[in-house]
Amino acid sequence: MLERLKYMLIKEFLQIFRDPRMRAVILMVPIVQVLIFGYAVTTDVRHIRTAIFDLDNSPSSRDLVARFEGSGHFDLIRRLRSDAELREVIQSGEAKAVLRLNRGFGDDLLGGRTAQAQIILDGSDSNTASIILGYSNRIAMAFNSRILVDRFARSSGTRLDTEPVALASRAWFNPNLESRNFFVPGVIAQLVMIISIVLSSMAIVREREIGTMEQIMVTPMGRMEFILGKTLPFALIGYFDVVLISVVAVFWFEIPLLGSLPALFLATGLYLLSTLGVGLLISTTCRTQQQAMMSTFFFIMPAILLSGFIYPIANMPLGIQWVTYLNPLRHFLIIIRGIFLKGQGVQVLWPQMVALALLGIALLSLATGRFRKTSA
Amino acid sequence: MNVVTLKDLERRFGDFVAVKGVSLEVAKGEIFGFLGPNGAGKSTTIRMLCGLLEPSGGSGTVAGFDIRTQREAIKQNIGYMSQKFSLYEDLTVEENIDFYSGIYRIPGAKKAERKAWVLEMAHLQAQRRTRTGQLPGGWKQRLSLGCALLHEPPVLFLDEPTSGVDPMSRRDFWDLIHQLAGGGVTVFVTTHYMEEAEYCDRLGLIYRGELVALGTPTEMKEHRMTEQVLSLSCDRAHDALTVVAALPGVRDAVLFGRDIHLMTADAERIVPILRDAMEQAGFEVRALERITPSLEDVFVSLIEGKDREEGAQREFKG
Repeated sequence: MLERLKYMLIKEFLQIFRDPRMRAVILMVPIVQVLIFGYAVTTDVRHIRTAIFDLDNSPSSRDLVARFEGSGHFDLIRRLRSDAELREVIQSGEAKAVLRLNRGFGDDLLGGRTAQAQIILDGSDSNTASIILGYSNRIAMAFNSRILVDRFARSSGTRLDTEPVALASRAWFNPNLESRNFFVPGVIAQLVMIISIVLSSMAIVREREIGTMEQIMVTPMGRMEFILGKTLPFALIGYFDVVLISVVAVFWFEIPLLGSLPALFLATGLYLLSTLGVGLLISTTCRTQQQAMMSTFFFIMPAILLSGFIYPIANMPLGIQWVTYLNPLRHFLIIIRGIFLKGQGVQVLWPQMVALALLGIALLSLATGRFRKTSA
Repeated sequence: MNVVTLKDLERRFGDFVAVKGVSLEVAKGEIFGFLGPNGAGKSTTIRMLCGLLEPSGGSGTVAGFDIRTQREAIKQNIGYMSQKFSLYEDLTVEENIDFYSGIYRIPGAKKAERKAWVLEMAHLQAQRRTRTGQLPGGWKQRLSLGCALLHEPPVLFLDEPTSGVDPMSRRDFWDLIHQLAGGGVTVFVTTHYMEEAEYCDRLGLIYRGELVALGTPTEMKEHRMTEQVLSLSCDRAHDALTVVAALPGVRDAVLFGRDIHLMTADAERIVPILRDAMEQAGFEVRALERITPSLEDVFVSLIEGKDREEGAQREFKG
């Protein structure tokens, strides 16, 4: 058993490292992905291109505009002169938001009436729009309380130095709410899935496609030896990529790694059981490498969307939320974010680890069972 | 001693019967040729013998092991080489050999000796570090054969081994096969090249899943032919063919080079009729003689005979 496995592994590694495309997949893809998610992909909204349509042009209206400008979130790109111009600037995407202040804004404020201000957003990007709305509300509230404090001081003759309630917000585990801290550990989970499923399913299907599988099947090589020979190399590559991305994450992006490495490696192993199980399962249903590629794609797309990698699971319909429990990526994301950002260990993350182990065992036994029927 | 025995072997795929009631025996050291048109059941049979496919009915043994229950033992005792080159093209000659000798668990001391033997047999000593994908077809063929023989199996299965190989390489290949058989290896080979069939000690013809004929090439040519073959040499052979084929008593007529070969039940009776008909139609008969049929003639006649038989059965039933 061990001797045949040894020769199988030698052969696999020779083939993997001889293929320049394989080397690129193993080394370049993880680096490029982690750089993309570390630098480019961010849900933080800064530098919102904003146009101002100030019809009032009073000290009060200029004060409000200055507060938007001073918040650091909004970049004033131009001042508008007409409604037509307003429509045009949103339509073309030149501005993401327009702050419109009608004539009489200052007078209303001074006269003690409610003054109307309008913020117009580009709703085609609903995520960004709702974040801009949040920022705008915060500025408007600060502006309001400032005015109320002034009025109180004027009417009572005493200054109000303290606010009734001061909300001090602290985001634990990610004090500056950097989306990078959230995404980069997720990239590890996502990449290990892609690499282990794609490579293992392709490696088996390629043998079937070129006919070497049949040649192997007439030798005394056992089914388990073949399956192990085809999965162990990709498990090792999976581990290698976990280390590679972790090193870049910690030393380049300075993402905190608070938890223990043994816990990370244990969870990675459990996770690989299920991803390799999926890869093996795909290989039993496909005759050509293209089919394997397509099947992998159809599995990975929903797996990523329904994992909480980008979109929160809590926002999904209840039925879908139940389905996500079958998604190994979901469990591993909780584990990896817990280990990196919160310093959690096995004593907290064991439910996810048990789930991964069960999923992995189920998928692997299903795939091994099917393997006999399809290749004999 | 028989190395391969089959008794009423059968394989069904759903309603389709790919192999039905095949019984045959192959003796030690024999080269057995398994012939038949594409889709006749050759590969299905060979796959059952190698333990790749389970029979639906009947029984069989290979090297003394049961093809139903001892498939793993069979795999240890056979070499198999298919029509498709099935070594790893991205590995070198040597790496392929090392891989297979590892899989067959050839003991350490013997490994080097077997590797040297394969390299020598395949004339690949100078190419040992060449990627297999860069070798010409005939060389790959020899390497495949070498890898199938690394563990010195007593039985060798070859599934259309020389398709896509040039004639010179094919001849070399058969020289090798004869050497092996001389050393006591039993060879079971499928082919649809008639000239290859001549190299075999004994032949079996399979058609539509059934074994139609069994015997040595000479027996086949002398005894299995129910019809007699005449060779006619004349001018404008192509035009003459239609005249000849239309004659009553001529079962079939085909062009064979510049001559016409025709099959008939009674050659003596047809010769004068044929001469008259040719003269009347204005052809000049240069030679007309009875010849020994080629293997191709025999097989075409057997297969057509089978088709007629089944056609008649269908009409009778209908």
